[in-house]
Amino acid sequence: MTAPALTDRPAVAEPRARFRDLLAAEWTKLWSLRSTYWTLLLSGLAVIGLNVNAAVADHHNWPRYGADIRAIFVPIWAMRDAFTQVAGLVLMLAAGSVGAITITGEYGTGLVRTTFSAVPDRRSLVTAKLIDVTVVMLGYGAVVAGTSFWATQAILSGRHAGISIGYPGAFQAVAASAVLAPVCALIGMGLGAIIRHGAATMVITTAVLLLLPFCFTDHYRWTADIEHVLPASAWQRLIDVGYGRFGFPVRRPTTTTEAWIALALWALGAALVAITVVHRRDV
Amino acid sequence: MRGGPGPRHRWPVIEVSGLTKRYGPKTAVNGLTFTVRPGHVTGFLGPNGAGKSTTLRMILGLNEPTSGTAAVAGRPFRDRPRGLRHVGALLDAHDVHGGRTAYAQLSALARGNRIPRRRVEEVLREVGLAEAARRRVGGFSLGMRQRLGIATALLGDPPVLLFDEPINGLDPEGVRWVRGLFRRLAAEGRTVFVSSHLMSEMEHTADHLIVIGRGELIADESLAAFAARGTPQSVTVRTPDVASLTAVLTAEGASVRPDGDQALTVTGLSAARVGELAFRHRVPLHELAARTASLEEAFMELTAGSVEYLAGDVR
Repeated sequence: MTAPALTDRPAVAEPRARFRDLLAAEWTKLWSLRSTYWTLLLSGLAVIGLNVNAAVADHHNWPRYGADIRAIFVPIWAMRDAFTQVAGLVLMLAAGSVGAITITGEYGTGLVRTTFSAVPDRRSLVTAKLIDVTVVMLGYGAVVAGTSFWATQAILSGRHAGISIGYPGAFQAVAASAVLAPVCALIGMGLGAIIRHGAATMVITTAVLLLLPFCFTDHYRWTADIEHVLPASAWQRLIDVGYGRFGFPVRRPTTTTEAWIALALWALGAALVAITVVHRRDV
Repeated sequence: MRGGPGPRHRWPVIEVSGLTKRYGPKTAVNGLTFTVRPGHVTGFLGPNGAGKSTTLRMILGLNEPTSGTAAVAGRPFRDRPRGLRHVGALLDAHDVHGGRTAYAQLSALARGNRIPRRRVEEVLREVGLAEAARRRVGGFSLGMRQRLGIATALLGDPPVLLFDEPINGLDPEGVRWVRGLFRRLAAEGRTVFVSSHLMSEMEHTADHLIVIGRGELIADESLAAFAARGTPQSVTVRTPDVASLTAVLTAEGASVRPDGDQALTVTGLSAARVGELAFRHRVPLHELAARTASLEEAFMELTAGSVEYLAGDVR
């Protein structure tokens, strides 16, 4: 063969790599998928609808409620209308799915090879993805939780049975419900990074978020401890404005601080797992 | 193992040294060492399962070698924060998300690498996807996906380009276009490394060949040198009187091998000489054809011992 023409091309001139370009790139990727819009829109409407429906039912049934129920309707029942169990499950499932898909969508389609050929610095790329998803899901959670609270309490106020955001614990409940979305999304991302397969990730994410709480009771101290740190239970604790009061004793109590820490650790742990696993493994 | 062989070349050279990849007990790539130089189209050949894709993935830092190193322009590719300006790659045309448009896919990649947006439109025009840019990739044919993959590789205007089986799914016009593109990229002084399991693809494209089989290097030489390895010239001749012709030709010192029912493969004599001898001895001929050794045969012969997956148990 002839000698290569080495003088033809000098070394590559390249602008400095910036993290914010990765944030922008992953933002583009997130919003260029229709499934992102649809999942957020439909699940958001479902969550708000389920909560509003509970408030409407209570509004309707109010005349039949006895004095005992009316006595503790504010805050216990009022808050349970704002954030019903089933709406919480829907929110956790939707958020977990959105998070999981951002990772499994890369691995499942093979896009991940294109992605990492363009950005060999995988840790930065995954970090950018984690931040983008967190921002989007925090916004989603804030809108859904805020709307749920405002709409349900507006309806209940027709019976003078609503509470305001200034009520002790009310803001914390709204904040915890908003934060629940990004926490679950990050858990989905962490599991997605480990499992990679879309359907399997969904099954495991559902199990961790929704089924695990049923596996641990407050029968023993240690089972109660495990139960308390599960994301669903921590959220329950934070929206329970009547915790331990109004004649509902708690056998093995936990604090709101512990619940917040549990949510934070889940988010942080999942993010670290995603970054580490993606960095280490072949694609 | 990373770290690389040190900055021996700042030129866009791909250096693979002792590259090995094991998956459990199976060795996919075994001690590969070669250099791919700029200014040429280098073909990367091997039967299916020879380890071509695994090698390309290790060059791109997607898979970690069990041992050995792969460096591009003196550095392991994974040490670079951004890749598109250094290496453009098309590994598999399906490595895209079907839910995004071609434009969205390229825009995101460009954005992450600080490549201006007008470059996205440029490469889409260059590969002929300007019209389909706003359509979702899920509806693309394989040929269109190959074009999108090539657009992705060209996005950063890189000095090194890797293409894994880029011809698959392209129509004849597309194949011709791709060959021209590879030649042009090489003529611009870039390093162009193109894998294929079909020799015939390389025949019209590559100047240099790296051939592997079962993960090991079989040949690393120019196309001309490779072609010279092929079977010596032979003559195929058909006759209803196989016995007589065999006797005549053998008497002249040719080596004669039956090739089907009424045909012989003759080596050591030219087609003209075979014709003359048959005429002189009044042996009727139905067909007389000189066969030149093709690159395909050279390739088949060379890799015959290292074919991973063989259909049936003939041979």
